Amino acid sequence: MNPDAPETGIVSTRWEHFSHQSDIGVRGVGATKEEAFEQGAIALTAVITDVNTLEPKSLVQVSCDAPDDELLFVDWLNAIVYEMATRKMLFCHFNVHIDHGRLQGNLWGQQVEIAKHEPATEVKGATYTELQVRRDRDGAWIAQCVVDV
Amino acid sequence: MDLNKLVQESDAQWRIDPFGKMRVPAIIYGTSDLMRDMDDKVYQQITNVATLPGIEKAAYAMPDAHWGYGFPIGGVAAFDPQHGGVVSAGGVGFDISCGVRTLTTGLTADDIQPVAKELAETLFRTVPAGLGSRGHIHLNHAEMDAMLIGGALWAVERGYGTRQDLERTEEFGSMKGAKPVAVSDRAKNRQQDEMGTLGSGNHYLEVQRVTEIYNGSIAAAFGIQTNDVVLSIHCGSRGLGHQIGTEFLKKMILSPESQHIELPDRELACAPIESLIGEIYLGAMRAGINCALANRQIITHLARQAFAEVLPKAELRLLYDVSHNTCKVEEHRVNGGGMKRLFVHRKGATRAFGPGHPDLPSAFQLTGQPVLIGGTMGTASYILSGTSESEARSFSSSCHGAGRQMSRHQAKKQWHGRAVVDQLRRQGILVLSPSMRGVAEEAPAAYKDVCVVVDAAHRAGLSCKVAKLEPMVCVKG
Repeated sequence: MNPDAPETGIVSTRWEHFSHQSDIGVRGVGATKEEAFEQGAIALTAVITDVNTLEPKSLVQVSCDAPDDELLFVDWLNAIVYEMATRKMLFCHFNVHIDHGRLQGNLWGQQVEIAKHEPATEVKGATYTELQVRRDRDGAWIAQCVVDV
Repeated sequence: MDLNKLVQESDAQWRIDPFGKMRVPAIIYGTSDLMRDMDDKVYQQITNVATLPGIEKAAYAMPDAHWGYGFPIGGVAAFDPQHGGVVSAGGVGFDISCGVRTLTTGLTADDIQPVAKELAETLFRTVPAGLGSRGHIHLNHAEMDAMLIGGALWAVERGYGTRQDLERTEEFGSMKGAKPVAVSDRAKNRQQDEMGTLGSGNHYLEVQRVTEIYNGSIAAAFGIQTNDVVLSIHCGSRGLGHQIGTEFLKKMILSPESQHIELPDRELACAPIESLIGEIYLGAMRAGINCALANRQIITHLARQAFAEVLPKAELRLLYDVSHNTCKVEEHRVNGGGMKRLFVHRKGATRAFGPGHPDLPSAFQLTGQPVLIGGTMGTASYILSGTSESEARSFSSSCHGAGRQMSRHQAKKQWHGRAVVDQLRRQGILVLSPSMRGVAEEAPAAYKDVCVVVDAAHRAGLSCKVAKLEPMVCVKG
């Protein structure tokens, strides 16, 4: 058995934050690259607000492309940052399709309600710091980077 | 940080001799205590900066340095275009020309106390703050481009402030060489509703009391004395700057002109100054600087309106406006030779020109420029002045703030925003913010002790302490 080959098992799809001294890291974990990107996007929203306060009332579609998975993940997060900033919206549900370095994403969310969502901070942009898109030993996809707030 | 890896040059100056691919040494300023607490990532990042082509003399880290993106925050580096020097989008940062301006008010703390709550609420109502807030000014394409060329001058010409304000702003309010055509439509779209908004995170508007004077003659020249009240504004180029930073980080990674530059880490993405991508970035970045200057000018106008409503006798005069995320062309003397034209990156570092510098207005020719250092909502801020020595020490640069010591992640777990606000109220500080979670993440204890950082900058000769300010009212984004 190839020791470097990923083991196949049940992957716990999830998002999490990790510490960076001045800013914050976002990480998505999923059974597929797409799921990891979707979870990473939820982690991005969670930097700003409690995702559970949001409702998927309307749909925004984005697309982006990049020469590798890592640059694509940063582009994906930056596409969401742009839609949040220009539409004054927050998103809670994401659907990603990736084909040959081109990503098409559906963002479901709603207009910001300051009193309800109490947005903690804007995200200025996703960075290349701690940037990784990789498959773990247990077969899970991980997509992560630090975002500037 | 392991101090054994550095050579101590004085009580607040440390050197890392070149190793590996470093072209120049790295110098970190800080007392032993600050240095011990400094993140190892600062060591790694500042030595990485020292490998970049065309870097002159040394890569510097200020006493408030912490882990950034490519460059450490608190990093200073100057590049010579004649020797293949580079410009780096990460070396400027996402929030292009983020900075601080401080205004004197002609009021004392006794004038504020009876109306502090009303003043706080009026400022909070007048100056849009926080995510989701919208500015009152919406620019069409032509006006957007005019703003990106004119900066604070554009704002003053439209009635947001006075000509005297421009004299008291770096670049006299208008950064030359801005190219609106280099700024994408997406960046301009992102700015549509954001003119005159404070933003969020560590951005604020604060009414502060002068509690201590360290240098009487310079303080007098700056027009401040103990118990005076000043207003400080900390914010940057808003969505436009963020989008420029985002786009050019990627462009610099992918640009063929950047491909031959060997990088220890791709987050250091940069381009030769004398390349098409370098030139386009500089045009866009300078437009971003003007956006920040215009933004702080409009906020100044709004703050004046708020003061006039509550305290009609207030007279808000701009002391100075400094930017701490920039790349600027400056003349510096390198290693005892003649003057060289260099592209000086300051990422979370304040320009600190000393007395007699030709780029300073006449008011600061004898004193050096005011160096404005923001604290947190519960701790002091400082006014320092530029020194002659800082030219040789750090290309005339100083620290920019306290610098975080705890991540937002940890801070959010440790504190509740409401409890922080209540605690500060008991200390006599009124904090207004649309987000209690935002307040928790910005809790004063999440930052390093700004007093220690400022003392280190003073001891290292980067700038000279003039006055200490303590918050009375804080509007947080």
